[in-house]
Amino acid sequence: MSAPVITAAAPGRRRRRFSPDARTALLYLAPAFAVMGIITFYPLLFQTWMSFTDFGLKNLSGKIAPNGVGIDNYVRIAESELNIPNFEFLRLLFFNLFWAFSNVVIHVILGVGIALILNTKGLKFRGIYRALFILPVIIPPIIVATVWRNLFDQDNGAFNMVLAGIGVLFKIPPDAFKIDWLGQPDDPFSFIPLPLAYFALLAANTWLGWPMNSVVATGALQSIPPDLYEAAEIDGANRWQKFRTVTLPFLRPAMVPYAIYGFVITFNLFYLSFFMSGGGPFGRTELFVTQAYKLVNDFQLYGVAAAFSVYMFFILMVLTLITNRLARATASYAD
Amino acid sequence: MTALSQVRDQLRKPKEIKEAEPRLPLRTQIALQLACVFITLTVLFPILWIFALALDPRNISRPDGLIPPGASLAAFARVLARPTSDEIGFLELARNSFVLASSVALFSVLIGVLAAYAFSRLRFRGREALMIAVLGVLMLPAVATIAPLFIMLNSVRVELPILGQFNLRQSLVGVAFAVISGALPFAIWNLKGYLDTIPKELEEAAAVDGATRNQSFFQVVLPLAMPALAVTAFLGFVSGWTEFYFVSIFLNDPSQGFTLSLALNKMVGAFGQTPWSDFAAFSILFAAPVSVVFFFFQKYIVGGLAIGGVKG
Repeated sequence: MSAPVITAAAPGRRRRRFSPDARTALLYLAPAFAVMGIITFYPLLFQTWMSFTDFGLKNLSGKIAPNGVGIDNYVRIAESELNIPNFEFLRLLFFNLFWAFSNVVIHVILGVGIALILNTKGLKFRGIYRALFILPVIIPPIIVATVWRNLFDQDNGAFNMVLAGIGVLFKIPPDAFKIDWLGQPDDPFSFIPLPLAYFALLAANTWLGWPMNSVVATGALQSIPPDLYEAAEIDGANRWQKFRTVTLPFLRPAMVPYAIYGFVITFNLFYLSFFMSGGGPFGRTELFVTQAYKLVNDFQLYGVAAAFSVYMFFILMVLTLITNRLARATASYAD
Repeated sequence: MTALSQVRDQLRKPKEIKEAEPRLPLRTQIALQLACVFITLTVLFPILWIFALALDPRNISRPDGLIPPGASLAAFARVLARPTSDEIGFLELARNSFVLASSVALFSVLIGVLAAYAFSRLRFRGREALMIAVLGVLMLPAVATIAPLFIMLNSVRVELPILGQFNLRQSLVGVAFAVISGALPFAIWNLKGYLDTIPKELEEAAAVDGATRNQSFFQVVLPLAMPALAVTAFLGFVSGWTEFYFVSIFLNDPSQGFTLSLALNKMVGAFGQTPWSDFAAFSILFAAPVSVVFFFFQKYIVGGLAIGGVKG
């Protein structure tokens, strides 16, 4: 999975003068793997065992052992037969994938577009804009999520206020703008089966996500030698042709890995869904991470939560394998 | 993880060299300025809104302008005294967050840099397998092991000289364990990436002078890696400072070490009228310490951030 990175380190030309590496390596790795063994690898194994039991609140004290239930937890999750409201496994999976995909597409397009604007030679105040546009990156995501929860509040949110303010100019009564952004059960577009809360989350995550893409794109744009553009101009290329033949080949090796990375991040983005919509309406903006949280915290279904996490583990593994293949397929473009 | 290393390489590239700025046609200049001003407005709107909300004396929801009538710092005073209905003040919450954040930063970097050095410089059997193990954990969101960690830590009762007797799950120590499980693989991976860029020749020269492996690590590599250590520690600090799900699942009483993130959740999750001005003031106080550091050191941090934060 990471072969290119690992094999990259070539053996030194000089004769080795240090003591044998293996014993030193053991010494240096021991603390890290002792810690990871206790708090990561062992819990993963323990989790696999738990996933085949009905571990619940009654077993917490340790006095009553949980009963083995075979693959019952896995079957019930896959068939959406859990005794919790609004749980539908396939809907959750497809929503989570679509959520990550739609966000990343928007982030990359906006990030590259704005990086191109800011990279225009001769544009005034470029430094000021760059400094301001980094602001969403530096604010902790938990705060971003709660702030946007406030902006979309039905009674007191900024967006309803602003809309009402604009509405007054057109003689629309302010009561018309009591939009329940995060909880409205009806879909805003009859032909798109997504609730309004999805679009609200999308807006918040767009605000949060594009600036970092822009930083990555800027780094790539600044690595383009100016003579390439001059050469293209001499060949009579127009603006679009210059973008396609010079800019794009330099952007791609930076943006593809970052988009893949962003996809995994967005797939696991806990704060926005949890704090803004709470997974609603009717669990339709729930993600795997928020659902796992609720299985443990709200429902105390530890056995089911364990099986759920095992599903998550495999879904993420498949995603990682696919995306790494994609990254490698495009990596040759860079070299 | 070719994807991640490519991102890092891109970000570590030297930045632009100053060149003469050509003059833009006026019409293009105006169009682009309008676009930039519009983007600035969208970026600043939520931030300005929160500041205006925090200054509003009526503790309602809607500021009447950037500086609302009768603007006051009363909301800041209120949240500093007692942000939620729990019997716990802001300073104690902040202290708990700080203790959690510092221990995450300290342990992940101390343990991480050793492993990173082994992966970066030493040749040994099983190296690839161990690196893949670290990467696999890096991809996993922290929530993925929440059920077993809850059960395991819940069954441990510890007795310590100063801290007394407590259930490991119901304590910040247990939370710190869980958070470190996410921060450590990131620290290893991030630091390895940096150590790879330190030229081998420096250590070879030290070896010629008779330095042992350990001397070479402590006296040659570690001083050179200080910037990376600082950035990684800062990112670990941020993840501890804003940690929410382990704290909220593990702790059930303020005396067990409630943190700022729990209070924030309680404020927005409160039934009935959310005290929005208090919420806004609290958010500002919560975000300010890390955001200010981030803003001034962004040049160094952004490169590390691009591959960090995998744990959400």
